[in-house]
Amino acid sequence: MILEVSDAAFSYDGERMIFEDISLTIGKNECLCILGPNGTGKSTLIKCLVGLMPLLHGSILLNGHEIGELSRADIAKQIAYVPQGHQVVFPFPVQEYVLMGRSPHISLFSSPGEEDRKIAEDAIDTVGITHLAKRPVSEISGGELQLVLIARALAQQPEVMILDEPTSHLDFGNQVRVLRLIEKLAHEGIAIIMSSHFPDHSFIIPQRVAIMKDCRFIAVGDADMVITPANLQRAYGIDVTVTHVEEVGRLICVPSACRQEK
Amino acid sequence: MKLNERARGLGVGISLFALVILVFFVSLFMGRYAIEPATVITILLSAVNDALPFSLVDIPQTWPDVMNTVILRIRLPRICAAMLVGAGLAVSGASFQGLFRNPLVSPSILGVAAGAGFGAALGILLSDSTVAVQFLAFVFGIISVTATYMLSRVYKTTTTTLVLVLSGIIVGAFFTALISLAKYVADPDEELPAIVFWLMGSLADVSTGDLFWVATTIIAGSIVLLLIRWRINILAMGEDEAKSLGVNTRMMTGVIIVSATFITAAAVCIAGLVGWVGLVVPHIARMLVGPDYKKILPVSIMIGAAYLLAVDDIARTLTTAEIPLGILTAIIGAPVFAYLLRFRKVGWE
Repeated sequence: MILEVSDAAFSYDGERMIFEDISLTIGKNECLCILGPNGTGKSTLIKCLVGLMPLLHGSILLNGHEIGELSRADIAKQIAYVPQGHQVVFPFPVQEYVLMGRSPHISLFSSPGEEDRKIAEDAIDTVGITHLAKRPVSEISGGELQLVLIARALAQQPEVMILDEPTSHLDFGNQVRVLRLIEKLAHEGIAIIMSSHFPDHSFIIPQRVAIMKDCRFIAVGDADMVITPANLQRAYGIDVTVTHVEEVGRLICVPSACRQEK
Repeated sequence: MKLNERARGLGVGISLFALVILVFFVSLFMGRYAIEPATVITILLSAVNDALPFSLVDIPQTWPDVMNTVILRIRLPRICAAMLVGAGLAVSGASFQGLFRNPLVSPSILGVAAGAGFGAALGILLSDSTVAVQFLAFVFGIISVTATYMLSRVYKTTTTTLVLVLSGIIVGAFFTALISLAKYVADPDEELPAIVFWLMGSLADVSTGDLFWVATTIIAGSIVLLLIRWRINILAMGEDEAKSLGVNTRMMTGVIIVSATFITAAAVCIAGLVGWVGLVVPHIARMLVGPDYKKILPVSIMIGAAYLLAVDDIARTLTTAEIPLGILTAIIGAPVFAYLLRFRKVGWE
């Protein structure tokens, strides 16, 4: 196990819980997707997993070490974080931006060398944005920025990559492209934890699913076991149809909502 | 392509360095007491020669002693001070813009200028000594930023840099009010004009003695900032992202604030309030070399030094009376910057 979370709980004020009783483990090649309605604490959980915020109680073990006792650089060598969005202030070219992923591997007074540039270039190639390398991050689309953020995370050469809603704000095509990329990264050995608003996506790439509702996981397991009408009704409060579609060759998940006639 | 970029960066660096050297010599030649450029160079060479433990060449003194005094005791210290203050304000302004992720930030954002201004006003009220004024300006500059930092720690939020800016505004307002109070109680014939002129900024009273510790402080602070300059890029990504990229943000923020504050306090205490340099020079640097702090910081240092030196030359030679430096930096700088803005590539969003 690379990451082992047991009985984790978080609260800002010590009274109102943001999440509690959270346990999960993730290892090499695994991909875990956290689903759940807005405001259930998915993003907060992710920030705790990256070590940005301390747990109220419980523990997060990263390769056997309690995350709170590791230095920032030690965490960043093992865990890469892909935030939900990024507000661009200074328009770095994509390649310089991705190069910043090398930061945990570079000592305080140095700057990146040839080898770091090579690693950043490889990350850019893996993600498939070689054509963007010279462009400033301020002049690319939201979907492209998402890929740049993933490339930067990849340049950290992490064991775990944690992505906060990587498919939100993306167009129809880019959603699938990002999912395929995530699948490829998991295949190459990186453990993936992501959050999502699209249960259907969990049928597109193989992943385990954890459904979060009212601060805790209500179901954890393989997608076809967990993404059921009953679980989704409980999580989102709407009726959902999960059915096998011949032409696509997989299960799909859609809301059972019809157009309302007058 | 990569080679081209490097060549371009190097070209900018070399041209700016040449510019600084050029302005340095031109400044030495300029002044009300006319001295031939050739003589100026000979005086300099002779001074260097005398400073060496062994004599390289024998330079016979063919000029009057007063020229020695003018060049070595008056012009040279003032020129060094102008370069140090300009470079210091520019490098701390650039660092703060990265730290606060905001290109509109100046080095005085955390209240150092207001604090130093009050310190100087207090010094003028309490004594006649320049040393006391400088000392109090420096100390109160540091005190005000310390107050800002402590105040920001009171609020428990995750957006530390925003709270720092807010605290800086609060502390700045407080010390600005104290400056007004000092002016109000000052003797209107002697002290009040002294305070007002100090606040407008000037390098007229710089002496070799002050220069030593001011230079030490500014150079030491600048070296620290230069050493960590690549990391400022990562801080500029925002706090959470910088943390997730392995940066100890609290330590880095502390190091930048302490370095920039000591630099600015040292600059302000000999030069008074010289605005605009720390805000605009980093922008010009960004226009020249892009957003990478690895290049912005050294380029800002050179532009800052050349710019303030040129402005100070104008301040001391344009009219028979000195023109306050703080007035000229903006009167010359504002139109220049407005003109540069036409070329769009400002380097931020």
